[in-house]
Amino acid sequence: MVVLDLVLNALATGLMLGSIYALLALGLAITFGILHIPNVAHPAIVIAGAYAVVMTNRYGVDPVLAAVLWMIPFYMLGILFYEFYARSFESRGGGNTLQSLTLFFGASLVIEVALVVAYGTDLRSVSVGYVGSSLRLGFVAIPYRFLIPALITPVVVFLLWLYLTRTNVGLAIRAVAHDERAVSVSGVNPAAIKRHAFGIATALAVIAGAALVITGPIDPFAGRIHIGRVFAVVVLAGMGTIPGTLAAGIIIGIAESLVMSFMSPSWAPGVAFAILLATLALKPTGLFGAGR
Amino acid sequence: MSESLLAVRDVRKAFGPIKALGPVDVDLMPGERLGIIGPNGSGKTTLINCISGFHRPDTGSIVFRGEDITRMPAYRRARFGLSRSFQIPRPFLGMSVFENLLVPMDYCSSAETEKEEIERVEQVLESVGLVERRDHPAELLSQLELRKLELARALAARPRVLIADEAMAGLSEAEIDDVLALLLKLNASGVAVVMIEHIMHAVMRFSQRVICLETGKIIAEGSPDEIVASPQVQKVYFGEQTRR
Amino acid sequence: MKMTRFIIVALLVFATGLMLPKVVSNPYYFYAGYVVLQYVVIATGWNILGGYAGYTNFGSSAFFGAGAYMAAFLFKALGVSIFVQILGACVVGMLLGLATGYLTLRIQGVYFAIATVALVIVLETLVHNTEYLGGASGMTHLADPAPAWFGGQTQYVFCIMLGLAVAAVVLARWIEVSWIGRGFRAIRASEPAAEASGVPTLKLKLLACALSGGVMAAAGAPYPTYTSYLDPVSAFSLLIGLNALAMPLIGGTRSWLGPVIGAVLLASVQQLATVTISSEFNILAVGLVLIAFVVAAPEGLLGLRFRSRAA
Repeated sequence: MVVLDLVLNALATGLMLGSIYALLALGLAITFGILHIPNVAHPAIVIAGAYAVVMTNRYGVDPVLAAVLWMIPFYMLGILFYEFYARSFESRGGGNTLQSLTLFFGASLVIEVALVVAYGTDLRSVSVGYVGSSLRLGFVAIPYRFLIPALITPVVVFLLWLYLTRTNVGLAIRAVAHDERAVSVSGVNPAAIKRHAFGIATALAVIAGAALVITGPIDPFAGRIHIGRVFAVVVLAGMGTIPGTLAAGIIIGIAESLVMSFMSPSWAPGVAFAILLATLALKPTGLFGAGR
Repeated sequence: MSESLLAVRDVRKAFGPIKALGPVDVDLMPGERLGIIGPNGSGKTTLINCISGFHRPDTGSIVFRGEDITRMPAYRRARFGLSRSFQIPRPFLGMSVFENLLVPMDYCSSAETEKEEIERVEQVLESVGLVERRDHPAELLSQLELRKLELARALAARPRVLIADEAMAGLSEAEIDDVLALLLKLNASGVAVVMIEHIMHAVMRFSQRVICLETGKIIAEGSPDEIVASPQVQKVYFGEQTRR
Repeated sequence: MKMTRFIIVALLVFATGLMLPKVVSNPYYFYAGYVVLQYVVIATGWNILGGYAGYTNFGSSAFFGAGAYMAAFLFKALGVSIFVQILGACVVGMLLGLATGYLTLRIQGVYFAIATVALVIVLETLVHNTEYLGGASGMTHLADPAPAWFGGQTQYVFCIMLGLAVAAVVLARWIEVSWIGRGFRAIRASEPAAEASGVPTLKLKLLACALSGGVMAAAGAPYPTYTSYLDPVSAFSLLIGLNALAMPLIGGTRSWLGPVIGAVLLASVQQLATVTISSEFNILAVGLVLIAFVVAAPEGLLGLRFRSRAA
């Protein structure tokens, strides 16, 4: 009975965690999965988004609402960032992986330290009414601070999926990923499309930041631990599949949660990495990705 | 058929749902000049990628010099005498022309002294006409020179078969003559040459035998004259590629 | 012929270093010099894979930390000398490089880079959970007294690190001029073309991973002796991984001299700067320098020199 209790709770926690991981990885599923830009700065951008939410929350604005408001400025920032990246590399005749990775690596450090300079290294959190209480379902207790953010993901995934498969711009984004030349022949400017997609990915980072900071307090370096995790989600899902991202996030979340419950929480950071390596070694196209 | 240098048997290759190639059978005789034509997407590049080891065929076998090389990695095929050039030249940037040729020399020819290596590189440079570019970085070469470097690098591996993938695309008529002369000279020294090319008059002038691919299958095979006269070829190839 | 002369010069540098404890009395110079030399080794090691073969390793601190912990473990368990510790660290670094490379390099370079980021976290987790290695709080490492000739532990590890630096540079230089280095550069320029030229690309990449990992781990081996203390936060410090990448990029990645120049420049500046500014600003400064070089001078300082000569 006790074991069953433990397992059910671990599964529920894993499901919530995984859903949040998927949200963290969603922006990367666009930049890395679709555009093939290895944006290792994505987790740092998520944390920057979380700080934006924290600061707005001080005025009593609900974190989720704050995140939605912040999406527009972050979209603009994403566009500027992409412009900088594109002018530095893509115009020079294609992204040398080493150089673009280094750029994003440097950018993530700059973001982190900028946050330290602005807000210090103390932990920051948001205040919302539901933090502290839980939903009880039989054996299982689900804290609202996990449940609420976890419920955001399916909504965002659904909207994003609709956008990418049902609108012309969304289709153009996926087409650019497939064959840039063909798109430019058909009269769409691939550079503008990629810039737009990068902007969306950056805007999604604020939502992810809000979700993350609802679950618990953060500091400027909180993104670092997620780098391996979000790439693991994107790779396990298969490059560029949006619904697959949710499934992959949940798989990793449950795996971590089981390890936490039955081994030790301090082993959890290794789980995503093990899954990443196993995926790369066994099925590099991911679970839901089409082989390219 | 048993004396053929290279024998491709029942080779197929699909990418997901797209059947890119096959089933295809191709034979190459020692010292032969074979042309492969076909419209874009007809499977030419897939075929030579299978032969040179960059794709693993889904079915079938490839036998070269009497040995089954179907599962041999690309680098070992290169060492075994199967050289290829790339459609878009891929020079080793950051190295001089001389160093570019040292790479296949280092990795393909066994037990040579350094002096012999250098002599051999000079010889290859001489034969392709890049002697005066010997110590220039690859970045500074012209389009024609890049094509020559591409061929020179393949030659430095001492091949029995050279597969030239669109070695003349984008060159002027005079430059095409230049490359053709080079390939003929090479062939005269005993190397079999497979030429994949869009430039019709070049293939027809060069080849002893021509194969035409369309949607992954061989639709015609014969002497250049027979191919030009073939109604199938005219239909799929000349009918479509009106621009050439 | 030219290589022999290079080795002779390298040995002369090492011999001069061995004389320093008799000439320079202030131990601070050895203390600071050790860090600069440590980064010469790390940057040189990083460059074997990152510069010559073109594969980015963001997790150099994983290799450094693994080397440091291997050394501490060997000392604690068997009490072996520092030379055996270095050897053990080297082996661990090579195996780690080989394993990471084998699992990720067959697919795409990006994955290798991402795996190295995560590798740091995994090793740190591992150490955290290993009581024998002191867990999160760390372990003391009281090495045997240094030979009397050196006049102190700091001078001794300085000379050992100098030896490692000389050895690493000789190795890098040898790779550079040999057929192996040619193969690495061919891979960096174009893997398909390298493969078509008979270069066994996967094997060579794994070799580069192993050599690079071995050198970086060796750089970590004397660290516990240097500080007499070892904890996961400093052994797996982000700054190490960042510097390993920034130094070759600043100096230039194509020759052995680039990482040496970059390491000497950046590490000296950092040694002077840590007295005056916080470590956050240190990281920020390196981050900005890194971006500036990647965008404006991707071939590093040596590249600038060659460019101006060509023009």
